[in-house]
Amino acid sequence: MRWVAAIVCVALFALITVLGFMAARWRRGDLDLLHEWGLGGRRFGTFIAWFLIGGDLYTAYTFIAIPALIYGAGAIGFFAIPYTILVYPILYVVFPRLWAVCNRHGYVTAADFVRGRFGNGWLALAIAVTGIIATMPYIALQLVGIQVVIGALGIGGHGLLHDLPLIIAFVILAAFTYTSGLRAPAMIAVVKDVLIYIAVIAAVIVVPIELGGYSRIFTAVPAAKLILAAPKGPTLGGYSAYATLALGSALALFLYPHSTTGILSAQDESVIRRNAAMLPAYSVLLGLIALLGFMAIAAGLAKNPEFADGFKQYGPSFAVPALFLATFPGWFTGIAFAAIAIGALVPAAIMSIATANLFTRNIYREFIKRDCTDGEETAMAKLVSLIVKIGALFFVIFLPLTYAVQLQLLGGIWIIQTLPAVMIALYTRFLNGWALLIGWLCGIVSGTWMVATLHFKGSIFGIHLFGTAIPGYAALWSLVINILVSFVLSGILNAVVSDQHKDRTAAEDCA
Amino acid sequence: MPVPAPPPERRPRAHIVRLVLLAPFVGVLWVPSYNALTPSLGGIPFFYWYQILWVVIAAALTALVFFIER
Repeated sequence: MRWVAAIVCVALFALITVLGFMAARWRRGDLDLLHEWGLGGRRFGTFIAWFLIGGDLYTAYTFIAIPALIYGAGAIGFFAIPYTILVYPILYVVFPRLWAVCNRHGYVTAADFVRGRFGNGWLALAIAVTGIIATMPYIALQLVGIQVVIGALGIGGHGLLHDLPLIIAFVILAAFTYTSGLRAPAMIAVVKDVLIYIAVIAAVIVVPIELGGYSRIFTAVPAAKLILAAPKGPTLGGYSAYATLALGSALALFLYPHSTTGILSAQDESVIRRNAAMLPAYSVLLGLIALLGFMAIAAGLAKNPEFADGFKQYGPSFAVPALFLATFPGWFTGIAFAAIAIGALVPAAIMSIATANLFTRNIYREFIKRDCTDGEETAMAKLVSLIVKIGALFFVIFLPLTYAVQLQLLGGIWIIQTLPAVMIALYTRFLNGWALLIGWLCGIVSGTWMVATLHFKGSIFGIHLFGTAIPGYAALWSLVINILVSFVLSGILNAVVSDQHKDRTAAEDCA
Repeated sequence: MPVPAPPPERRPRAHIVRLVLLAPFVGVLWVPSYNALTPSLGGIPFFYWYQILWVVIAAALTALVFFIER
């Protein structure tokens, strides 16, 4: 048991627990109103939004899984960098429009917007359900990030003792989310991000010094892992796989409910635009974190007997924790691990709040109890956020990790199917609600089928065009099918039974 | 002569400079152009520092667009 690291880690955890509860009184508002509990009252300015959205997008899973991918598979794991490069122009151009129309009409979720824009309850339900289902495995994977850290602290083994710290962490998370809503992860994100920047900047300076410089590090990595294998024969090979992974992931990111929640909590549109220029700082950090994967290879951690158990239990996910343990004194490792663990709580909190917002607004209030009061609405949201977290915990403790990973893979393919109804709809009303629903269904079915043919082990599916094989991200291919179907069917339906009159929003709302 | 009504309050309008935001798409999606180890920078292979550089360039372009549109 690594005592010093564990004590530092627990102390920092206690700090953020206090902050989480105090957050209820920060920028005071009536927490019985859904937009106060679920969107922080739409009060977050540029800097808080930077911490919140940053903490939301750059999660513990990101910090563990990306280096793990680099450690295990090499260059292809770096797709996360072009992915985050492309995210921000999209954020800058498209999402202030969503903010504006949601602010004008009091919409709390993307499904609210779809409901108002198309007047189609079934389409809005499809959007809401997709959001909920896509987010759940993501929450589970954050808890896995905490598990790896707990294991790295030496609280090893299996069974209840091993799971107890996770359960405690989770109970704390559930409690302060319940009382403070979105304000809790916003406040804690500040602490988390400060810790992460410190830990990573220290690592990318100290580790190369210890290993003899960046040249030495990269020489120690097998050449095949360092760049993408050039395609042989009539195929675009690794090139199209890499590019489509980046583009597809970038398009999908802000469709996830927790991203939408982060955006909608902003004070005004310029907060979003400014952050589109400022959030890339996290991407530089991510690039450096990815390189930690190579540093872990160069440091020969796999051969170190001290880490044998860790790698056995967690596989490549153990690379980053092992690297910190090997390089830094216990107290600093405690800081780094606290950063990762807290870095799991922040997005888990936001994801559970976002899911709760969706269920409450777009399923409970829409189909179950139309006339619920504000208080009842928020009470339901609080309850759902709790249930969602319990479900994620159950998943992590009792089911094999591969399930969560596979579901998350599918989740990415499903959530991108909401793009036409949400993002394209911000620009044009040409699309028809029913056409969109059928397009969504086609996208879901085709994307899931593609992954099924890959036995749920990956998401790069090869299509064949003009005699060339083009391996690409299944999410992107299925999105193309979705868009084509939506537009063609809209063209037909608009002539026959138009639903243009059902738009409750106006062009100026998005301007 | 009748006085025309004052124009309604507008938010900042989208500016043509936004087109520069297409540059990152070209820069990072055209993978064969950067799938190489050399020239390296500080020991880091081209493939990696090129993409990290694009993070900075894209952020700068976004900031540029923000200030022009203000």
